[in-house]
Amino acid sequence: MNRHFFGDTAVLLGRSLRHITRSADTIITTAVMPIAMLLLFVYVFGGAIDTGSVPYVNYLLPGILLITVASGIAYTAFRLFTDMQSGIFERFQSMPTARSSVLWAHVLTSLVANVISLVVVVLVALLMGFRSSAGVPAWLAVAGILILFTLALTWIAVIPGLTAKSVDGASAFSYPLIFLPFLSSAFVPTDTMPGPLRLFAEHQPVTSIVNAIRALFTGQPVGADIWAALAWCAGILVVAYFFAMNTYRRKIS
Amino acid sequence: MTTQAIQVRGLEKSYKELRVLRGVDFEVARGSIFALLGSNGAGKTTAVKILSTLLRADAGTARVNGFDVATQAAKVRESISLTGQFAAVDEILTGRENLVLVARLRHLKEPGGIADDLLRRFSLTDAGARKVSTYSGGMRRRLDIAMSLIGDPPVVFLDEPTTGLDPQARIEVWQAVRELADNGTTVLLTTQYLDEAEQLADRIAILHEGRIIVNGTLAELRKLLPPAKVEYVEKQPTLEDVFLTLVGGKGGDAGEPRVPAST
Repeated sequence: MNRHFFGDTAVLLGRSLRHITRSADTIITTAVMPIAMLLLFVYVFGGAIDTGSVPYVNYLLPGILLITVASGIAYTAFRLFTDMQSGIFERFQSMPTARSSVLWAHVLTSLVANVISLVVVVLVALLMGFRSSAGVPAWLAVAGILILFTLALTWIAVIPGLTAKSVDGASAFSYPLIFLPFLSSAFVPTDTMPGPLRLFAEHQPVTSIVNAIRALFTGQPVGADIWAALAWCAGILVVAYFFAMNTYRRKIS
Repeated sequence: MTTQAIQVRGLEKSYKELRVLRGVDFEVARGSIFALLGSNGAGKTTAVKILSTLLRADAGTARVNGFDVATQAAKVRESISLTGQFAAVDEILTGRENLVLVARLRHLKEPGGIADDLLRRFSLTDAGARKVSTYSGGMRRRLDIAMSLIGDPPVVFLDEPTTGLDPQARIEVWQAVRELADNGTTVLLTTQYLDEAEQLADRIAILHEGRIIVNGTLAELRKLLPPAKVEYVEKQPTLEDVFLTLVGGKGGDAGEPRVPAST
């Protein structure tokens, strides 16, 4: 590893964080869509959805948090794409700078931006009556799962960011990711779904992640869900990292 | 140390079926300005990308500042700077922040001082605190070149530095390039403008269909054609003279408004 890796990554991280603070609209836009969904589902559909004794906002929040991340990483791809197009990427690559720092700076920026959006969404949920009996360890566990999920999705976002031919292409990949929570236990319990759909819903990553976060929020035992959630996140992270790094190496050599 | 800042031998590069470079050879002496002249698609940018370690050649060797671009890429990167075809500046940062960023990435001390110094040299001090997205094309290009000079790399690549600039900005860039060479920096520039090569370059090579078809000083290139005939023509001011006089062009030889003598 280049001896300047950490220093260079820090400098480049400072650069993209400055981008975020100067275009705060990207973070707000990221948070607006999940907040709108939260309002829509809690106040419009929520009354008709039977989640037993659990208030619907408590039931819904974990899924909304995942949607927040899924829409947030579209901007990661967008920022990376803009760097690739503008020529500044080539400038960095032609300088005696640690080569993977450019990518890591974007990944860490994505993490920071998504954490801010997540905090905003949680605050709105609290205003809407979300309450949790979770203690500090459970909140830390939730934060840990969400950070791992963000990293996994961010490394997925790096791939279109590096390879896209147009701005639309760079962010279009996030639509299926935003849609995936609808086919899970995020909005409604899976019991009412028809056979094949239910089978899919119960075995896709979002359901186990949502169930694990929900259990942590309500102080229930997390059971096998947390291991399935961690395995999914770690698995996606490793595979996406491998493909993204491979793409990156091909781009810079 | 060799006297040649850049040595290129038998360079070849294809994109799938398309053979962009078909055996390119040239050398650039230290402290000189070398122009690679060619029409669009002649392979100029590909050659520059290989020399600046962004692309790998299929065949041939290239040494920059004595280092092989394929096997000593890190050393090459410490010796060069690249100003690409499109101004590689960060639009969201200010001009000063752009310069500080590059100084930090080159691991230099006092990045702030370096930035202020370059802002002064390129007449950007007043604009230094403004976002680059508010800059004109000429200012952007000047900042771009200023960023390339950080750390005083001995070899500078300028890929079509004046494409898309207005005449005044063009003269400003030319002046910056001349100053570079005066201070001992080796400059390789690509251009599709014949007058640009004529104005700036110590040596000119014409790249055509992936090969260098001629390489020499301007005087040598002129000798390739039959000797000049003496003709008497009425010297009209060129449109460039008129334009620069009317807008009060600064820099270059257009410093004073000139009234062309009528003949």
